[in-house]
Amino acid sequence: MKIKESPGRIVFRVINVLIMIFLAFACLAPLLHVLFASISDPDLLTQFSGGIILWPLYDETHPATLKGYTFVLRNNALIMGYANTFFYVISGTILSVIFCSLGGYCLSRRGTIWMKYLILIITFTMFFHGGLIPTYMVNKYLGIVNTRWVIVLMGLISVFNIIIVRTAFQAIPASLEESAQLDGAGHMTILFRITFPLAKATIAVIALFYAVGKWNEYLNAAIYLTNRKLYPLQIILREILIESSGTQDFDLATEAGNFSKYKKLLQYSTIIFATLPILCVYPFVQKYFVKGVMIGSIKG
Amino acid sequence: MNKHTIKKDWIHNRAVYLMAIPIILYFLIWNYLPMVGIALAFEDYSARGGFLFSKWIGLKNFVDFFKSYYLVRLLRNTLILSVGNMIINFPAPIILALLLNELENQVFKKVIQTISYMPFFISVVVICGIIVDFFSYNGAFTILLTKLGLAENKDLMSVRSYFRPIYILSNTWQGVGYGSIIYLAALSGVDQELYEAAKIDGANRWQQTIHVTIPGIAPTIIIMLILQIGSLLSTAMEKILLLYRPLTYEVADTITTFVYRRGLIDGDFGYSTSVGLFNSFVNLLLLFIANSVSRKYSETSLF
Repeated sequence: MKIKESPGRIVFRVINVLIMIFLAFACLAPLLHVLFASISDPDLLTQFSGGIILWPLYDETHPATLKGYTFVLRNNALIMGYANTFFYVISGTILSVIFCSLGGYCLSRRGTIWMKYLILIITFTMFFHGGLIPTYMVNKYLGIVNTRWVIVLMGLISVFNIIIVRTAFQAIPASLEESAQLDGAGHMTILFRITFPLAKATIAVIALFYAVGKWNEYLNAAIYLTNRKLYPLQIILREILIESSGTQDFDLATEAGNFSKYKKLLQYSTIIFATLPILCVYPFVQKYFVKGVMIGSIKG
Repeated sequence: MNKHTIKKDWIHNRAVYLMAIPIILYFLIWNYLPMVGIALAFEDYSARGGFLFSKWIGLKNFVDFFKSYYLVRLLRNTLILSVGNMIINFPAPIILALLLNELENQVFKKVIQTISYMPFFISVVVICGIIVDFFSYNGAFTILLTKLGLAENKDLMSVRSYFRPIYILSNTWQGVGYGSIIYLAALSGVDQELYEAAKIDGANRWQQTIHVTIPGIAPTIIIMLILQIGSLLSTAMEKILLLYRPLTYEVADTITTFVYRRGLIDGDFGYSTSVGLFNSFVNLLLLFIANSVSRKYSETSLF
């Protein structure tokens, strides 16, 4: 049964759609600005004072250019940061998934006496922690400050993820595991042959969250690393975008040594270069993130 | 629980306990050991004495902090930034979810949602890089604000009065879409029959929203609110560290950024640990207060 809509309702719907279009534009505009600016002519870009760029800046004498990107690709610090970040993301994600699964598996075992205390011990850390300096001291005493270890280890196991995995594992019928046990399977076999594959979707969500978080993280590196060879991408980005000191790493020797001319172009190209992996993967994985939020909300 | 059952449990579940060892170790080392390190807060830390042999000075670090002019500045900035952030960015995703829920074209809704989540996945460094650029001299937003008569064309990141609005509204930009997901999930769980009943009672769409939808998602809203209150004093320091500069410390320096600067840059470990401890303690207190108030009045609580 379709009820005829009141005029007020129609007005509301039109306004609502307009608000939504504005919102989508507001979300995209800054990114479009960066994208179009990154292929604009450097001279026009430096002089530009017209607000948001929604189309590349070029004219007959100043063609649009991909020059920014050629400089980016020749910047060794950036490329090394990229490689380091890949290392941190991949190794961190693998280890994180393994340990969160182990934790989730242990905590989901029914009929163990001590595991319920472990849950208390772990959840307590969600509400109280030692803080920045004591954590730094611990890492210093462990001798892992200024090594790759500290970046991989910090935040490797999160309480939240363990609880999510545990919830997923608990949803698996106990009879499956029991019959495997009767067939002589040990806990490791059960975890990796039965429980883990059955909770694949949840594990994938956790891995994805962790990977994106690791890709975007800069603070741990800022706290613990001073060796430039170990810097992840985000620290290099900070130098280029915020501190402007990183622009020196670009090989501008062939370009009449004019930093100020290329500074903006290089910054914009760097942003696109560094965000590209996330933006490329994003449309395919965003539904998993939505799912992740739902999982988290059921048992947070 | 007698000896016998403990022994039986060990025989049965030995493998499980062995598997838990790495997890226990991780939490002991990186979560509980730092709690021991809180003792630093009561020491006059020196690199020579280290953690164990530095001079024990009791509450002096705390007294110094409470007497210093930083206490007021840091508390004020922390509260203004986080409360301001909460006032704007707590309701925003709820409103967005309600508006999205009113869209009838599902494809359009999907497209808007997908676009609105996107900023959430961009790194904080890139976001701050864009902010610094947009609010610089001749920057995109500086020009926009100048044209609207709201600013002069200069580097706005160095102007104190712009820091807070920029911080809070950029959080809105980045988080509103993603934040709405959880409320959309809650909305889809509201019993459809309640709407039918409301229609029969002659409720229009607005009245349905007030009397059916909002009560339906209230538990979710309350849980999210408790969580937010619990982290009221822990402002996201990543972003402030990237955006503030000595010129704007007066309005931008918060407890967490102060601990970072005093502790890691200046190496004043004891003092900054005590400030950090004060911060965690107030947070914990706020969480418990919010939780018990909510339990009393709405029967929804975190624990």
